Amino acid sequence: MSSKYIEVPSNAMLLERDIDKSPVLETMHLGIDFGGLTAVDEFNLTIGRTEIVGLIGPNGAGKTTVFNLLTKVYQPTRGTILLNGKETSGMNTVQVNKAGIARTFQNIRLFSALSVEDNVKIGLHNSMDAGMFSGILRLPRHWKNERVAHDRALELLSIFDMVDLANHQAGSLPYGAQRRLEIVRALATNPSLLLLDEPAAGMNPSETAELMENIRKIRDTFQIAVMLIEHDMNLVMGICEGIAVLNYGKIIAKGTPEEIQNNPQVIEAYLGKQKEG
Amino acid sequence: MKKISKTTRSNLITYAMVVAAFVIMQILSVTGHVSNSLAGQLVPICVYICMAVSLNLTVGILGELSLGHAGFMSVGAFTGVVVAMSIQSAPGPVRLILAIVIGGIMAGIAGVIVGVPVLRLRGDYLAIVTLAFGEIIKNLLNNIYVGVDSHGLHFSMKDTASLNLDNGTILINGPMGAPGIEKLSTFVAGFILVLIVLTVTLNLIRSRSGRAIMAIRDNRIAAESVGINITKYKLMAFVTSAVLAGMSGALYAMNYSSILPKKFDFNTSILVLVFVVLGGMGNIRGSIIAATVLTILPEALRALNDYRMLIYAVVLILVMLVTNNPILKNGWTLVKEKLAFWRKKTPETAAEGGGVHEQ
Ligand SMILES: Nc1ncnc2c1ncn2[C@@H]1O[C@H](COP(=O)(O)OP(=O)(O)O)[C@@H](O)[C@H]1O
Ligand SMILES: [Mg+2]
Repeated sequence: MSSKYIEVPSNAMLLERDIDKSPVLETMHLGIDFGGLTAVDEFNLTIGRTEIVGLIGPNGAGKTTVFNLLTKVYQPTRGTILLNGKETSGMNTVQVNKAGIARTFQNIRLFSALSVEDNVKIGLHNSMDAGMFSGILRLPRHWKNERVAHDRALELLSIFDMVDLANHQAGSLPYGAQRRLEIVRALATNPSLLLLDEPAAGMNPSETAELMENIRKIRDTFQIAVMLIEHDMNLVMGICEGIAVLNYGKIIAKGTPEEIQNNPQVIEAYLGKQKEG
Repeated sequence: MKKISKTTRSNLITYAMVVAAFVIMQILSVTGHVSNSLAGQLVPICVYICMAVSLNLTVGILGELSLGHAGFMSVGAFTGVVVAMSIQSAPGPVRLILAIVIGGIMAGIAGVIVGVPVLRLRGDYLAIVTLAFGEIIKNLLNNIYVGVDSHGLHFSMKDTASLNLDNGTILINGPMGAPGIEKLSTFVAGFILVLIVLTVTLNLIRSRSGRAIMAIRDNRIAAESVGINITKYKLMAFVTSAVLAGMSGALYAMNYSSILPKKFDFNTSILVLVFVVLGGMGNIRGSIIAATVLTILPEALRALNDYRMLIYAVVLILVMLVTNNPILKNGWTLVKEKLAFWRKKTPETAAEGGGVHEQ
């Protein structure tokens, strides 16, 4: 796939292949203050339809906060978010998900008492339509919903070879599998933008390599955009087409992996320290 | 052939257990092997099973602490009495069914009134509000007078005289409760209600809505992130739980010749909560067993007099050990957490974003 960036009128960069399609996400002057602390400021980013974008930076830089702003866990103090061209200012977390953003969490948040399959089915919630009475009275609509959801859940789990684990309790899975399940659950909501918060944290190198392949596969099959926060530079440099570097809540650099790796300011603020640590 | 899942098997065992217990009791009572005291307890056992299962929906499945479940039972009980006693011309079973249905609906309405404002909030306010609700209902009923005559139903909040009855009967007499109830409840009716409550609960849990409810319990923030409307599903679980409690209340009331509002007090709410916690949070079969054993036990031990409380305590411990699974332990933690919350409400836990700092 072509990964050449082209400048578009709004000053942002889009991949050549995404240039005809409207961007998935555009943020303008996005920011949030916690009391006196400005956690994120002047966050401007445009993400193309099928782009894989990395968000990197030191701990406490505000990366997770950006995800929380995009998903409306926090309401922005200032700025605009355009999701698929629509402003999300009046939306809450649930509405933003329905409008197309799904995410995973840095601290895994599964429905741990439930089965792996149920976790995915909960992700499919809004693609099902059986109401409470259909469920209680076991009406045909309930059975039809359940059949479709079951098949779809297994199909999604097969991306990560997790079909065999369908009946396991989510909370009892090993760490890596829990992270993968979170991705599957997010995908089940049929997003146009998938946000992954440190997806490789706690994974061994072979799991990480597999994850890289799968993130690419997900983008290719679902034709969606992915934004990921990650400290593993092999992963970030390996699969991200565009990278934004955050430091003290501000974007200090944007560009392709090569540009970022050679940016003195980034090396100073983050990459250099990474190597030492 | 399709393999049946573990949950399906577990549910079938629960149904089989209930049906078997009913059949055995029926055989024993036909052959005259059931003592009078046990026979008198059959309906209350069914009622407490329904109460425990329905409370488990709120406490174990939704993960919210409710301390006023008896309040909903009370609404159903007194509504049921008014319904059954004001349609005396209808056949007994019809009156009982209408009493149970309308009792359930009224309790459901009470559930909406309590739930809508509280379940929209982020914190754990349900415990304290349901506690207050139970007390308010009790006091309200202490001041309600209802009578019926040829002109229809009469209500008053003052006394029986102001009902202006034209040669009618008093159905609810303030603190004296409902004085003249016809015993319409039967063990068969109780058994059927248990099956209904069980079916509603188990089917709800294993459906799209039930998964959403349990998702909220397990991780509210994650549930929101996959597009689940938190308030809607919290309300769904809580109101269903209230409706089922109201239905149980109506069955309960129609088993006695009179009932008092103070029967449905805080102690009753706690008793039902004990059934749920001992049976295991979210464990429906556990609730049934705990409610049955702990309802029969005090009566059964009456003959042993001095040792009664000792044995009761030992059985409590045994039940706890038998059901000592992770779910139970989580249950205790939940109860303790929620109680601790309104004992010392710290600024962090009260703040909106308090729990979601690191995602
Ligand atoms: N709810 C909150 N209240 C106060 N400060 C917060 C809150 N959430 C995040 N912060 C602060 O914002 C900064 C960025 O945090 P975060 O986005 O988690 O960083 P990271 O880049 O490591 O993901 C940190 O200083 C953090 O303490
Ligand atoms: Mg973070």
